[in-house]
Amino acid sequence: MTAVTGLDVPKTAVAVPPLLKSPGYWSGVWRRFKRDKVAVAAGIVVLLIVLMAIFADYLAPADPTRSSMLRRLRPIGTPGYPLGADELGRDMLSRLIYGARLSLFMGVAPVFIAFVFGSVIGIAAGFFGGRFNTVVMRTVDVFYAFPSVLLAIALSGALGAGIFNSILSLTIVFIPQIARIAESVTTQVRSADYVEAARASGAGSGTIIKVHVLGNVLGPIFVYATSLISVSMILASGLSFLGLGTKPPTPEWGLMLNTLRTAIYVQPWVAALPGVAIFITSISFNLLSDGLRSAMDVKG
Amino acid sequence: MLSYLARRIVYMLPVALGVSLFCFLLVHIAPGDPLTSVLPPDASQAMQDELRKIYGFDRPLPVQFGLWLWNALQGNLGTSIASGRPVAGEVWRAVGNTLMIASLATVIGFLFGSFFGFVAGYFRGSLLDKFASMLAVLGVSVPHYWLGMVMVIVFSVQLGWLPPGGAGPGGSAAWKWDWEHVSHMLLPAITMSVIPMGIIARTVRALVADILNQEFVPALRAKGLMDFGVFRHVVKNAAPTALAVMGLQLGYLLGGSILIETVFSWPGTGFLLGNAIFQRDLPLLQGTILVLAMFFVGLNVIVDILQGVLDPRVRRR
Repeated sequence: MTAVTGLDVPKTAVAVPPLLKSPGYWSGVWRRFKRDKVAVAAGIVVLLIVLMAIFADYLAPADPTRSSMLRRLRPIGTPGYPLGADELGRDMLSRLIYGARLSLFMGVAPVFIAFVFGSVIGIAAGFFGGRFNTVVMRTVDVFYAFPSVLLAIALSGALGAGIFNSILSLTIVFIPQIARIAESVTTQVRSADYVEAARASGAGSGTIIKVHVLGNVLGPIFVYATSLISVSMILASGLSFLGLGTKPPTPEWGLMLNTLRTAIYVQPWVAALPGVAIFITSISFNLLSDGLRSAMDVKG
Repeated sequence: MLSYLARRIVYMLPVALGVSLFCFLLVHIAPGDPLTSVLPPDASQAMQDELRKIYGFDRPLPVQFGLWLWNALQGNLGTSIASGRPVAGEVWRAVGNTLMIASLATVIGFLFGSFFGFVAGYFRGSLLDKFASMLAVLGVSVPHYWLGMVMVIVFSVQLGWLPPGGAGPGGSAAWKWDWEHVSHMLLPAITMSVIPMGIIARTVRALVADILNQEFVPALRAKGLMDFGVFRHVVKNAAPTALAVMGLQLGYLLGGSILIETVFSWPGTGFLLGNAIFQRDLPLLQGTILVLAMFFVGLNVIVDILQGVLDPRVRRR
């Protein structure tokens, strides 16, 4: 046993208990998200739709393009055609499952691309301010003068039909919207005290953007972008519905809705099915995005 | 007030110019020659050159833009390549038709939307609130062209109450305000109203919840004002913003009616745009989009000004 003398304090007394790692931001987000039953349900539906698109080859009971002139427009529940048959006698269930591939891709891709470009443009405009900001934001104002549907149809109408053109048009529709949000969040962060402090202690623009700005703006921009997926799905399918997206016989929900439009007098509920698929996907993305927004505590 | 008015208008001008530049460039981002749709495949070089001159495609771009803008300002939007008629006349007729269903849709959406919004905002957290919020989410998530199809299936095919499409026995040219014609407006307008309904319900709910949290509400109650009196104050405070949202929604519907008009074969701007796209009639496409976008820009300014009139706080911003 060590003798305790005057100033010698036993080691055990000063030893600080090991610092508990504070639960990080993301674990808090996850904890809040888990409690939100609606958002979790929406997330599961989105996941199922994505899985359905990936494993379409294994899930679909029939070839989505095999037609049969004898079995045109069968009602829901026909043996061998659980969800009926379309105007060319193709199995609706298989077409809906395969349709998820293109519909999801054409809905999500524009938002993803616009997220990348819009964030870069918006963050740059917000961070550097000045004349660059004015030019960018006035350009954004011009695009805001068009309702999204009109802009999307104008662009893809001018560019012509096709998957690539429709994704391109929707990307152009969403870039200004994301850039505007990115700009306003970045402008707020730029004038925050901790950015001032970083600058005063000699941090350069690159460090400030990397360390302080990105960490604080990407969350809100991401949440906003997820809220656009629902709109994008509706618009992408809408373009196909107008004949500006994919071409037959590729299964895609909007195009299926278009080609089945004349069938509403014969098999109305079969004709309405592709729209149900679009609706379920779009509302799930919307609810998921709402859940993310409150879990990540993003305002506005 | 005057300086506010002037500021709004001055602010609008560059946007309007940018919008016209965008519409002008639409023709030039299009792949291929804008003339290909009118020219026979075996057109001689001389014929091509002559047509190019008539449409003005032989001049440098900035000159073309200047001339085009000058003509547009005087109401001349060029000649439709497909029909050979002036674009302006066709666009105005179509805009009138679209305006009819879009206005009806905005009114329906505003009435129901603000009703649901008020109820939800007043009884926050109640079952009614949850129902109204769900309705708002449904309204913004539903693919409205599909909703239109479902409306036709239910009300035309199954029940036979309303006509499935078109503009009535006389078409849009011989429009009369009688039931035979008006019944054709109802399904498209109701379908269209779903989007603004959801958005207005959301806005009004947030507004009412916010206003009820302000200090003047307990103050009014403390002074002995009954529920109805408090309600009047809430309405007065919520009205400017709600009306502004409604005005903007009308603009969105004007531009966004294309898909719904296609479903119901309503002879509006959507129908015109569809024709323009499939016949590759670029002047018609350009003209229709220019007019619709300008409507939207103008509506934005009107909404801003009205907000300034109704709410003096806005003017000082």
